[in-house]
Amino acid sequence: MKLHADRKTCIGAGLCVLRLPDVFDQNEDDGTVMLLRTRPDPDQEATVLNAVKACPTGALRVDP
Amino acid sequence: MTTKPTEKPPAGGVLGSPIPRELIKRADPFTLPPALAAMAERSPVTRSTLPTGDPFWLLSGHRECRAVLADPRFSSDRFRYHPRFKNLSEEEREQFRNARAQAGSFINMDPPEHTRYRRLLAGQFTVRRINRLGERIEQIVTERLDAMLARGDTADLMAEFAFPVPSLVICELLGVPYEDRAEFRRRATTLLQANLPVKDAMENAEAQRAFMQRLVAGRREDPADDLISGLIHHAGADPALTDDELVNIANLLLLAGYETTAGMLGLGALVLLQRPDQLAALREDPSRMGDAVEELLRYLSIVHIGLFRFPTVDVEVGGEHIPAGSTVVLSVVAANRDEKHWPDPDVLDVTRPRGPHLAFGHGVHQCLGQQLARVEMKIAFTELLRRLPGLRLAVPPEEVPLRDEMLHYGVDALPVAWEAS
Repeated sequence: MKLHADRKTCIGAGLCVLRLPDVFDQNEDDGTVMLLRTRPDPDQEATVLNAVKACPTGALRVDP
Repeated sequence: MTTKPTEKPPAGGVLGSPIPRELIKRADPFTLPPALAAMAERSPVTRSTLPTGDPFWLLSGHRECRAVLADPRFSSDRFRYHPRFKNLSEEEREQFRNARAQAGSFINMDPPEHTRYRRLLAGQFTVRRINRLGERIEQIVTERLDAMLARGDTADLMAEFAFPVPSLVICELLGVPYEDRAEFRRRATTLLQANLPVKDAMENAEAQRAFMQRLVAGRREDPADDLISGLIHHAGADPALTDDELVNIANLLLLAGYETTAGMLGLGALVLLQRPDQLAALREDPSRMGDAVEELLRYLSIVHIGLFRFPTVDVEVGGEHIPAGSTVVLSVVAANRDEKHWPDPDVLDVTRPRGPHLAFGHGVHQCLGQQLARVEMKIAFTELLRRLPGLRLAVPPEEVPLRDEMLHYGVDALPVAWEAS
């Protein structure tokens, strides 16, 4: 699984960081998403998909 | 929680309920208003009439609400589209729309104007930053509980806990000096009073403005580790935020974070104290509190008036044609109880797996302070159950006075008792 984040769309709600702080982080200035890694571990994939779905602005996307 | 600023009525006038009263009138605090349930039952998108006589579309489906909140064709600019403002005289409208009153009021803005303010603020509300506030929140909660325990074995949980905690947390966040906190709380309390004469409400709002103006001036001179200082000195603020913008933003954060969190703490305690099985599950395993807070947010849905949006072009939603410029009201209450989305939606289950509820809204306006609200509630409920053994209602539940005339649902007073140590 490959993870993409669009920081132009992100509004820094933090729902992804709340779910998976090992994968997602936030920029200190504008709160936008920063990916700590783009290839999550297999056991993180379900939570990543959950974060993608929860994102209020659709700023996250995964490729299989 | 997604919130709307209080609408100050024009001098002499009174603004009535923004949506038909029967759509927010709950028969009991934990059941959908019957009129709303009937509309939701009929269709996820129904047309009805506002108290102003204008038509509006009520969205009650979880899927439809989420889709509209994420749809850039819908505007949040109530001053441009809301019938209440469209129908005011030019002079009255100017009272709402003038630059001083509207500066920085990002809740009513659309991208890209909204994006600038949201970006400046989101850095102050990151998960990491809010977690750092956790220690101070714990202190605030502990001090309130210590005071209650010192006074005996009964209290009004609203006056002594649910209102003070969020107001002190906002003081902490904004950087209100200790010596000014009593005045801050007094003004914030007045701000939330129902049925205050318009003249008094206007005077209080003006005094509140002056208070925030002093706070901003103080932080310009003497920056500290707080939100106002952070906004003043934000490297990305180009041009820098003006005093009017900073004052309005500070007031907006107060309105958004005070009554909402207080309402959740009061109603949350009220429901848990009547569900011994749920309470037992939390006492047995306090690590469930994070999930329990999400379930309480969904179940209680205190943003009972709903969220207003206005399509800028003709749109189709759930098979309904909605013309450009119409008023659309998204019922957070109904969407969070949509049985197409939630199994047994009318059951409070603190062990329910987390799902995307709409208590904080969705889309670009999703609640800026949601992480703060989560941390506050988690700490407050955990400590409340831990510190007050045998906590129970001190009056029959039907005697608890409900706050159903306000912007957010809640209770006015919550008499409780616990076992004296």
